[in-house]
Amino acid sequence: MGLYVSSTRRRALAVAALVGLCALPWLAQAAGQGFYVSFASRVLIFALAASSLNLVLGFGGMVSFGHAAFFGAGAYCAALLAGAGVAAAPLVWLAAFGAAGLLALLIGALSLRTRGVYFIMITLAFAQMAYYLVVSLPGWGGDDGLPLSGRAPLFGIDLKDDTAFYYAVLALLAASLFAFDRLAHARFGRVIQGIRENETRMEALGYPVFAYKLSCFALAGAFAGLAGALLASQSGLASPSLLHWMQSGTLLVMVILGGVGSLYGGVLGAVLLLVAEEVLVEITPHWQIGLGLALLAVVLWAPQGVAGLFARRRGDD
Amino acid sequence: MFRKRLSILAAALMLTTAAHAADKVKVGFLSTLSGPGAGLGVDIRDGFNLALKHLNGKFGGLPAEVIVADDQQKPEIAQQATEKFLKKDKVDFMTGIVFSNLMLAVGPAVFDSKTFFVSANAGPSQYAGEQCNTYFFNVAWQNDNLHEAVGKYVQDKGFNKVVLVAPNYPGGKDAMVGFKRFYKGKSSEEIYTKLGQLDYAAELAQIRAQKPDAVFFFLPGGMGINFVKQFVAAGLSRDTQLFAPGFSADEDVIKAVGAPMLGMFNSSHWAHDMDNAENKRFVADFQKEYGRLPSLYASQGYDAALLIDAAVRDTKGKLDDKDAVRKALEAKRFKSVRGDFKFNVNHYPVQNYYLRVIGRDAQGRVTNKTMGTVFANHADAYAAQCKMK
Amino acid sequence: MTQLILEQALNGLQFGLMLFLLAAGLTLVFGIMDMINLAHGSLYMVGAYLAAAAAQASGSFLVGVGAAVAGTALLGVALEVSLLRRLYARDHLAQVLATFALILLANEGVRMLWGAQPVLLNAPDALAGPVEIGGFFYPSYRLLIIVVGLAVAALLYWVVARTRVGMWVRAGASNREMTEALGVDVRRLFTVVFACGAGLCALAGALLGPLLAVQVGMGESILILAFVVIVIGGIGSMRGALVGSLLVGLVDTLGRAVLPSLLREFASPEVASTLGPALASILIYVLMAAILFWRPEGLFPARA
Repeated sequence: MGLYVSSTRRRALAVAALVGLCALPWLAQAAGQGFYVSFASRVLIFALAASSLNLVLGFGGMVSFGHAAFFGAGAYCAALLAGAGVAAAPLVWLAAFGAAGLLALLIGALSLRTRGVYFIMITLAFAQMAYYLVVSLPGWGGDDGLPLSGRAPLFGIDLKDDTAFYYAVLALLAASLFAFDRLAHARFGRVIQGIRENETRMEALGYPVFAYKLSCFALAGAFAGLAGALLASQSGLASPSLLHWMQSGTLLVMVILGGVGSLYGGVLGAVLLLVAEEVLVEITPHWQIGLGLALLAVVLWAPQGVAGLFARRRGDD
Repeated sequence: MFRKRLSILAAALMLTTAAHAADKVKVGFLSTLSGPGAGLGVDIRDGFNLALKHLNGKFGGLPAEVIVADDQQKPEIAQQATEKFLKKDKVDFMTGIVFSNLMLAVGPAVFDSKTFFVSANAGPSQYAGEQCNTYFFNVAWQNDNLHEAVGKYVQDKGFNKVVLVAPNYPGGKDAMVGFKRFYKGKSSEEIYTKLGQLDYAAELAQIRAQKPDAVFFFLPGGMGINFVKQFVAAGLSRDTQLFAPGFSADEDVIKAVGAPMLGMFNSSHWAHDMDNAENKRFVADFQKEYGRLPSLYASQGYDAALLIDAAVRDTKGKLDDKDAVRKALEAKRFKSVRGDFKFNVNHYPVQNYYLRVIGRDAQGRVTNKTMGTVFANHADAYAAQCKMK
Repeated sequence: MTQLILEQALNGLQFGLMLFLLAAGLTLVFGIMDMINLAHGSLYMVGAYLAAAAAQASGSFLVGVGAAVAGTALLGVALEVSLLRRLYARDHLAQVLATFALILLANEGVRMLWGAQPVLLNAPDALAGPVEIGGFFYPSYRLLIIVVGLAVAALLYWVVARTRVGMWVRAGASNREMTEALGVDVRRLFTVVFACGAGLCALAGALLGPLLAVQVGMGESILILAFVVIVIGGIGSMRGALVGSLLVGLVDTLGRAVLPSLLREFASPEVASTLGPALASILIYVLMAAILFWRPEGLFPARA
């Protein structure tokens, strides 16, 4: 399994990608296709959500099938704050980060008592509970979700402009990935990876295994909440479908597709899945066939995901 | 989401400046084309396409490009498709939305971009009253209207214990309000169901326990099909009369349910047996083209296309002059298949509403028959709150 | 009120038994091979479509059901032999991804063959009306579903508890390696189990088709409920699947009937009817979380 390894070559690649992403809005405007700026923001937001799932999944070794609950919690938090008249983006982001993190702390504390398949199922159960609660709470919009009017400004910058919003999302994604990378190399990261490899031994060595796993789970939930808040701002809607189990499934697919446990796995997976969808839709109405076959091919012939393919070819791992 | 181009034209990079005539008309057609509500969207689309065929593929003499997208009856899918229509395809008009919750979800983005939405179905009370908008036109009705007509009829017939069933979404709430505006019976139980629900066992058990003398239900598409079937299967039809707006008792539902629908009263602003030249041509050609009788949804899709055609024709294709387009839409110079109607200040129709009953026609088919007029020149209850700017 | 509760209990039984048909196959696949199959719901969908197509072609509902069960079982064999076999040795993540891909393929395949609109599957005319039981009317078709569900449950119980194949299945679920060591061809056994599971899915799809709608995506909503059932019952346990199904069916349906009336006592009808079904849906998951919390292996653990 690929770890959070970094090499100079990979770092150079990441910088090149970042430069490319910075130039994207300019290129899109030049081609008269401003729509793609908004689309790119969406992709980057899903990249953040998938990366946060990769934190629990690849890094912590916990297969959570309920990550959508935190994604959705962030979105609803943003919508509720917008409704209450909070007009400062950093405040909204922080609140979504905190609220989703708290929810993850609660769900994690109850779920982490189980293992394996049962952990998968109990996280799913809690996410479904969150889904039905959100749909039923009066004043939360039911099946229609909560609409947001406009986007809160960031220190005087108007984020209603798609390009400004895109750069804000890009900056947050880059900062989050940097944080994940630092975390992986800190003491916390080594312990968590030790637990993933051999939980019993770490316990025997005297590490508070439960506390470590729970912190990892809650942190990932918090970052998913941030992504949710961004998505709500991007689309102008906090939709209950963000909490649905198919959303958890889609995030899982993104991570597995990109590469479990690889720093850029979530990003790669989100980009591949959403761009493939966008391209295939234009070619054929039956694009899901193509997507399904591609996913099967990844399972059968690229078990480490796309990031794994890269790593293997260059012999990094 | 699948997008289909009906007439693909050279995708030249087009930068429209001041009000000069466009060389084609782009319409974004967003509707529910999959799932339990699909029957409605498909009928609207087919009606729209038939009108386009009658117009030789042109709106107001300009080549028409219609881009079709499926909203899957989900607000977030509808929003994404709308964003694409507005920012990528840069359409001149949008139409097609069936469900009011989706209309309310995409409305703000559409109006912000100064794109005209010609609704062929969704007519939420919000956009009829305080939130009425220069860029919103409804060519069909305001949501409450058909329910008001049924409410009046049920009241006139002297029923006084009625159970109301509607899905829990803006259109469902409008239905309850509309029905009760004219129905004044003492006890009326209201049951809200989940939008898209298919198994009504629990609701039917509740109705059985209430022992009403009539049930009024508003469940469009597949929901209504299942409700009527299960209502009859549960034996409730023996001593409880069913009433519905035309939405739940039109050809799409009749085709699926068949004989159990016989004798059901319902309301509509249009019927396939209406006697005018436009309607006769529409009904005959629709049957020839698609092999089934048109529903009211199909008639609405047909009229929406005719309204867009009239607006393009009257403005001579100068679609950038928003004021002129609005005036042309308001003037609505076309002959509707429902006979005459006019737009109120809130851009919703003022028109007649009729009572229909389901029976067998001369050929032995189970279908709707018009009985008489319930309301003449009826306006919706919200127009007074609309201060159109 | 008693009549309402009685009618709802029957509805709950009907729903629970249909869930059992889905859960029975799922719990064995999960139990013996430790395989997460998200595409189990797709087999249910394919079964319903096959039933609708065959019933329309032949004009007989019974032929439709038979064709659906046989066709889907065959499809199950093909799927197991060609693809799923390669996944047993892989981790749960690979299984999730592969079977998620199968959902996409199944949905799109069905859309290509039958279109995006729901297709019609009608119950036989003879069963379109109600029957009178104990002083009130109940739909005869729902009663038929209950009878068929009970019969299948009894048959399965007999097969698993009394026959040699059933013994292998039980042995496989509690300890696969040991069973293999004793000379049972677990590979072939699993193909048979998977085919039966697929057939049961199709039976549920065909029977529920006239009550719900035969449409794309119908499998996804019911799949999760089937997972809840087998986790509550204990993965790999047939008895657990039955108890779990009935529990989920009754809790869900009775909750839907009783909660809104209870809530209506102190809330507006609109709030009551939104909150009621939602709380009833949550009840199932609360039940599952509670059972996992106190009995992490489910009510009837298969692995002793």
